[in-house]
Amino acid sequence: MTDLSMTETEPSRAAAAPLLALDDLAVHYAVTGRMGTGRRMLKAVDGIDLDVKPGECLGLVGESGCGKSTLALAIMGLVPPTRGHIRIAGQDIGAKDRPDRKLMARTVQMVFQDPYASLNPRQTVRRTLADPLRLHGVTDRAEIEGRVADMLARVGLRPEHADRYPHEFSGGQRQRIGIARALILKPRLVICDEPVSALDVSIRAQIINLLLELKDELGLSYIMISHDLGVVEHMSDRVAVMYLGRIVERGGWREIFENPRHPYTRALIAAIPDPFRQHAATARDKAKGEIASALNPPSGCHFHPRCPMKQDRCTVDVPTLDPVTAGHGDIGHWAACHYADRVGAA
Amino acid sequence: MTAPALLEVENLRIDLVGEETRHAAVEGVSFRIGKGETFGLVGESGCGKSITALSIMGLLRHPLAIGGGAIRLEGKEIQSLPPGQIRRLRGRKIAMIFQEPMTALNPLSPVGRQIAEMFVLHQGASWSEANAKAVEALRQVRVPSPERRVKDFPHQLSGGMRQRVMIAIALACGPDLLVADEPTTALDVTVQAEIVDLMRELCAANGTAILMISHDLGLVANICRRVAVMYAGRVVEEQAADEVFRHPRHPYTRGLVASLPLLGSRAAHGRRKLAEIAGTVPAIAAYPKGCRFNPRCGLATEICRVEDPAATPLPGDGLVRCHHHD
Repeated sequence: MTDLSMTETEPSRAAAAPLLALDDLAVHYAVTGRMGTGRRMLKAVDGIDLDVKPGECLGLVGESGCGKSTLALAIMGLVPPTRGHIRIAGQDIGAKDRPDRKLMARTVQMVFQDPYASLNPRQTVRRTLADPLRLHGVTDRAEIEGRVADMLARVGLRPEHADRYPHEFSGGQRQRIGIARALILKPRLVICDEPVSALDVSIRAQIINLLLELKDELGLSYIMISHDLGVVEHMSDRVAVMYLGRIVERGGWREIFENPRHPYTRALIAAIPDPFRQHAATARDKAKGEIASALNPPSGCHFHPRCPMKQDRCTVDVPTLDPVTAGHGDIGHWAACHYADRVGAA
Repeated sequence: MTAPALLEVENLRIDLVGEETRHAAVEGVSFRIGKGETFGLVGESGCGKSITALSIMGLLRHPLAIGGGAIRLEGKEIQSLPPGQIRRLRGRKIAMIFQEPMTALNPLSPVGRQIAEMFVLHQGASWSEANAKAVEALRQVRVPSPERRVKDFPHQLSGGMRQRVMIAIALACGPDLLVADEPTTALDVTVQAEIVDLMRELCAANGTAILMISHDLGLVANICRRVAVMYAGRVVEEQAADEVFRHPRHPYTRGLVASLPLLGSRAAHGRRKLAEIAGTVPAIAAYPKGCRFNPRCGLATEICRVEDPAATPLPGDGLVRCHHHD
């Protein structure tokens, strides 16, 4: 392994204004019961404060059903917030606002999990990359050609690949096309939703390296959604952990992985099979049972039925996301646990 | 090992049969699993690990067929047994759990009945006895309130609960070997950890051997004592699990281990560029000549392009298939 120019981004941009700011964001869905009776609210995202700074990679971790995909859709402007605000690219999107779709598309883009399902099988790579440009007012053919060729080169594809169809590519190459499509409009923020989990193990490193190189070259910000904590630790500057619609812990990658202060974060880390045993968390941190339904979340702290540290208070009081350590500049380390100061104590 | 192995796979070949063609999807695969032993088969999609498992279960269907070699269970060849006899082995001697419990379970039958069926079919129990045993079996896999859960249909259970039901069915008759094909891939990480612990515990208590099939090297190394790594239809390396991770001998395994962003490595060594394995996995009809990894291998020389490397024994009962393994 070579040491290389992927420099560690340390909290030097304290003054930088956030590119994206979520303020008490909530997305609730109305769900009708069987036979159309009984409307209930599914609180997929329930009061999230979060920001992403320019050039930063924010890792977003959580199990299926925790609301991370809904959060991604809300940031993309594809589902309206029920409550709270999304501030991005000079827009303030609240419950009653209709975002400017074109402006959003030039600001936020997404790389999807399944490179087989997320490309149009009837379009050549050229068309997949050129259509967004035309839609956004680039009319000069030479410029379109130039930008498509440049983007293909950036993601490691050859010029002749432009005239091929998705089925002619391997999974790794398709994901390169998916990345090229996301970047063709020069967005500032890219949401990567499990970008390597559908790929063969021997291909994943190529895509992870590519994403990190592109981030540095183009000054992108990422929201990196993944259940693979190894990938999140490798790529992220900061990490947020979600559980049933809420953020339960966030902080710099080092704090989260070396000194996790929420029992759920510890449970996630303890669950990773690790042949070298390098973890901060141990077997006694493991969670019991499974994530509850967001339709009927547990009272108090949502995690309490599975928590190895549960006390009476946890079943009643909802913990707030509070700082657990002083200092650490603007990154901070926050956890939503009544007993965060005891978590991890020997 | 002096005692006869529980399962012995010798020089197995599995063919992909076309109208006029026969391609070896798996070739020259050999391994032994002792009684109560845990053995892992690791590789990427298309490497032949799942069809190797299916061949052991006697579940290969057209266009796949065993093209040579032997599969022995307690010394007896089972690959050419008539379907009726192999069916009697399945469930009683060898059992299998699959990746997606939703598709492996019968959606129209309550889960209790699907477990009870095992006792009726294999042990000649009456349905009322079998139903009572099914409740016990569910309790054993730690499904809460099993008396009520036996009446549930698969769709009423969560993914983790369904996989518990699968394990209950597989272990119902106390098989000697459990074949687990990516048993936790469809599950969330915290649930995966619970299922893996459960599987390991129950099998250890009953002396059941495990053949674990997975693409997740870390998971397999955690559960299994020995691991075989497959690439393009061949076992390229077999070693004790820790050794595969600590001292991988085949360039493919080395590449895989180096390409994993392991939790904790950034804190320990800073962020380093992940090692990449160039190229992609070849298709079955287009396996390269010589060593099948040679087009992607940094160490490849002329001999690798011409001659298929033989298995070289390693200390500690392992093997590696590479011309340049040292």
